[in-house]
Amino acid sequence: MYDFNHHRPASVEDAAKALTGASDGKILAGGQTLIPTLKQRLASPSDIIDLGGIAALKGIKEEGGNIVIGAMTTHATVAGDATVKAKIPALAALADGIGDAQVRNRGTIGGSIANNDPAADYPAGLVGLGATVHTNKRDIPADDFFLGMFETALEEDEIVTVVTFPVPEKAAYAKFANPASRYAIVGVMVSSGPAGVRVAVTGAGPRALPPRRPRGGAGR
Amino acid sequence: MSDTGIGASVKRKEDFRFLTGQGRYTDDINRPGQLYAYFVRSPHAHAKIKGINKAEAEKSPGVRAVFIGADMEADNVGSLPCGWVVTDRHGDPHKAPPHFPLARDKVRYVGDHVAVVIAETYAQAKEAGETVEVDYEELPAAATLGTALSSSAPLVHDEAPGNLCYDWVLGDEAEADAAFAKAAHITKVDLVNNRLIPNAMEPRAAIGEYDGGTDSYTLYSTSQNPHLLKLILCAFVLGLSENKLRVIAPDVGGGFGSKIFCYAEETVCTWAAKKVRAPVKWTGDRSEAFTSDAHGRDHITHAQLAMDENGKFLGMKVETTANMGAYLSSFATSIPTYLYATLLAGQYTTPVIYVNVKSAFTNTAPVDAYRGAGRPEATYVVERLVEVAAREMNIDPAEIRRRNFIKPEQFPYQTPVALQYDIGDYDASMTKALEMIDYDGFPARKAASEAKGKLRGIGFSAYIEACGIAPSAVVGSLGAGVGLWESAQVRFNATGTVSVFTGTHSHGQGHETTFSQLVADTLGLPIENVEVVHGDTGSIPMGMGTYGSRSLAVGGSAISKACDKIIEKSKKIAAHLMEASVDDVEFDKGTFRVKGTDKEKSIAEIAFTAYVPHNYPEDLEPGLDETAFYDPLNFTYPSGVHIAEVEIDPATGMTEIVDWVAVDDFGNVINPMVVEGQVHGGIAQGVGQAMLERAVYDDGGQLLTGSYMDYCMPRADNLPSFRVGMTQTACTHNPLGVKGCGEAGAIAAPAATINAITNALGILSMDMPATPEKVWRLANQHAQAAE
Repeated sequence: MYDFNHHRPASVEDAAKALTGASDGKILAGGQTLIPTLKQRLASPSDIIDLGGIAALKGIKEEGGNIVIGAMTTHATVAGDATVKAKIPALAALADGIGDAQVRNRGTIGGSIANNDPAADYPAGLVGLGATVHTNKRDIPADDFFLGMFETALEEDEIVTVVTFPVPEKAAYAKFANPASRYAIVGVMVSSGPAGVRVAVTGAGPRALPPRRPRGGAGR
Repeated sequence: MSDTGIGASVKRKEDFRFLTGQGRYTDDINRPGQLYAYFVRSPHAHAKIKGINKAEAEKSPGVRAVFIGADMEADNVGSLPCGWVVTDRHGDPHKAPPHFPLARDKVRYVGDHVAVVIAETYAQAKEAGETVEVDYEELPAAATLGTALSSSAPLVHDEAPGNLCYDWVLGDEAEADAAFAKAAHITKVDLVNNRLIPNAMEPRAAIGEYDGGTDSYTLYSTSQNPHLLKLILCAFVLGLSENKLRVIAPDVGGGFGSKIFCYAEETVCTWAAKKVRAPVKWTGDRSEAFTSDAHGRDHITHAQLAMDENGKFLGMKVETTANMGAYLSSFATSIPTYLYATLLAGQYTTPVIYVNVKSAFTNTAPVDAYRGAGRPEATYVVERLVEVAAREMNIDPAEIRRRNFIKPEQFPYQTPVALQYDIGDYDASMTKALEMIDYDGFPARKAASEAKGKLRGIGFSAYIEACGIAPSAVVGSLGAGVGLWESAQVRFNATGTVSVFTGTHSHGQGHETTFSQLVADTLGLPIENVEVVHGDTGSIPMGMGTYGSRSLAVGGSAISKACDKIIEKSKKIAAHLMEASVDDVEFDKGTFRVKGTDKEKSIAEIAFTAYVPHNYPEDLEPGLDETAFYDPLNFTYPSGVHIAEVEIDPATGMTEIVDWVAVDDFGNVINPMVVEGQVHGGIAQGVGQAMLERAVYDDGGQLLTGSYMDYCMPRADNLPSFRVGMTQTACTHNPLGVKGCGEAGAIAAPAATINAITNALGILSMDMPATPEKVWRLANQHAQAAE
């Protein structure tokens, strides 16, 4: 690991300021991708802005018929949350199948979607459930958030704050995991709700997408 | 049988310290004034080193020294030797190009050692390492075994034309051809024994230390055989006097063979300690383990089996190409020859066997012994051939094996491939395994699986193993550079406790428990009174270490002999104290008695008398401390039958092992729980090879499977609950009647797994690892063919 300046702001505003002020700043959420990358010396950011001290980014609530999950909420929290399990069990199951117990205890939803690994589970979850990503600047529909491999709609100084999921009538997530990494070789979220039937596939392309030729009523 | 005696499942003594975090591994040891080493490694599979500029690194913060190959050359540091000379078919020794601890003119694999930076902290050493400028001229690489011996392949070593290390044969080709000419049927298979990376939980580590006052060295190392490491370093590499180097191998977290060998890193740390006049520590990280631990397996084989019309084996012909990697690791040459070809008789009476092994240099990490070392490869060849033969001849797979088993009355049995098996009862293992798996119920289980849309298969592996490589004179005649005996010292302390010093080394095998049981049972002591000491050349008589499942058969036998000497001497002391003739003194469960009287003395009383000899036989030396060396008369031959049952989902290609029966004959057993644990671990590694693991280099020699993201280790949820049974025929030639159990699972499991999967798919063959993708493709092909 190379040396860097470490910031641990208490608010999203301070985090954004630190990010803007850094010559090559990088946000640290759960660190499940960034820390190994740093340890292998594959990245050398000037500044690390650690979101771990921002209480407002953590937690799950039900609000206006939606499930609202703070960006710094861990996979284990989502997997074990009574509200998520009751309202969107497919999302709890998705979170419960990410990586291993250590990864689930550290990794966060915000970190996962901001990183947008093409084999990550959450992107399919967000697209397949028709979620909305909220940042310190705006709201971005999941369909417009994941642009390409490790590429999102986030701007340089933009920070994910919460993700809002509409509650579907029913939904399910299934994945075929790589036996070594347990990332999705392919993962599929299917949901049926107010916005119709949605299908999203992760792992099989550069980003989470609806299948190219949806049958019947499937697709956006 | 007592609660702690021979045959009891005593809980492992060593687990208290391991489970409470009080184990003491090499990396836990820190020496005063210690510096840290970082190795600059080759990013190229094959390149000329045109120059190295280390000036900037030498000026970096905290850096004490930067050394390259030329610095070691100036100190006359030698090449890391290969300790087994294989004589090729023309009578010439194998090609042995030099293997310098730090590369001199060329690098030959990704991870090859180019320079070492020694600094006050590891971070400083690593930081400075990035500033060492190496001017490489990249060369084309011979990265693939399949093409390494072709005339167009780039040359790894000028000393080895055609990249050939040796072209070796065993058996008579003309006799084999004659047997094949008489055959009613010939079965042929083409097999790849996939390359594996050992992945011990503890990465390799070393601390070299130099004492200027006595001009002596200490090396702490993650070694399976500290004495051998000392011998190699002193006599062949560093030119030190052997009484000036002490090697300590403390707790070691797994080896699986990969820690047998003498490696560059520990050599450099020892040598550099004197150069910088400070202890030098190196702890490998996981990436270094992937790229620079010696790998295992990596064979390509074409094998043929000739049979009569009843499926009786008439002859076998095997042609194998084996990968040596870029340099010869310590025992690399012996693995695909004397530990492979000699096992190709398996459990069968095949009268004629001809084997040709060509081994090749490639631009990949060195390849050497890995759990089983040659025997898994041999078992895979034999048991795949037999299984395919059964399918082609339409003979039940259990039945074709039984028709060809060596019968109990045929022992000792001389195979056509040099070994003489002392004892076994292969039919007994098969019978028990068939009962345990309920073979008769398989068709009903298969039908039940089919009703769920699943394909069910059953696979056999009737393996033979050869443990405790020996005797020394025989292995010497075959090219081994060392003897393969073992030593033991059993020392009574004056207060009646015992310290046992063994030249074997425990790195997961539970020797501290098993050997304590052996000694406590033999001498009639509470097990708590026995302490086993291993892993320090400063306190233990010369030993040969642990590999080849030899520790109990060879090391335990030495302990047994030393205990006999203790009892013999104690009898003289007891006779003196009880005023009786030695011939009238009997020993049983820790007590000496005079026959036909009520006179008795405990062994603890005798030990006290031996050290406080106030009333003592005139002609006897004081003390009760005996050393024994044991050189076996033969290998031991564990054997067994493993049966795997799998269920495949043809929609996804997912294979689930739904049942596994292992019936092994390890001879007499000291601790059944420890033995069972060894079987479990071995099967897990064998299943890993069969279904999950494969080390892959691309054509340029870059390791594509360099982390756990891409290299798949077996995990608990890949495995069923194993059902372990045993049969026993006691080894005829060692005092304990034991055979060895450490590698059996890894030897048996790959063939059982692949036989089960191909059985489920209704095909003859497929290559390991049987990944879901491969299985899915084959399952679909099968479905289409069935339509």
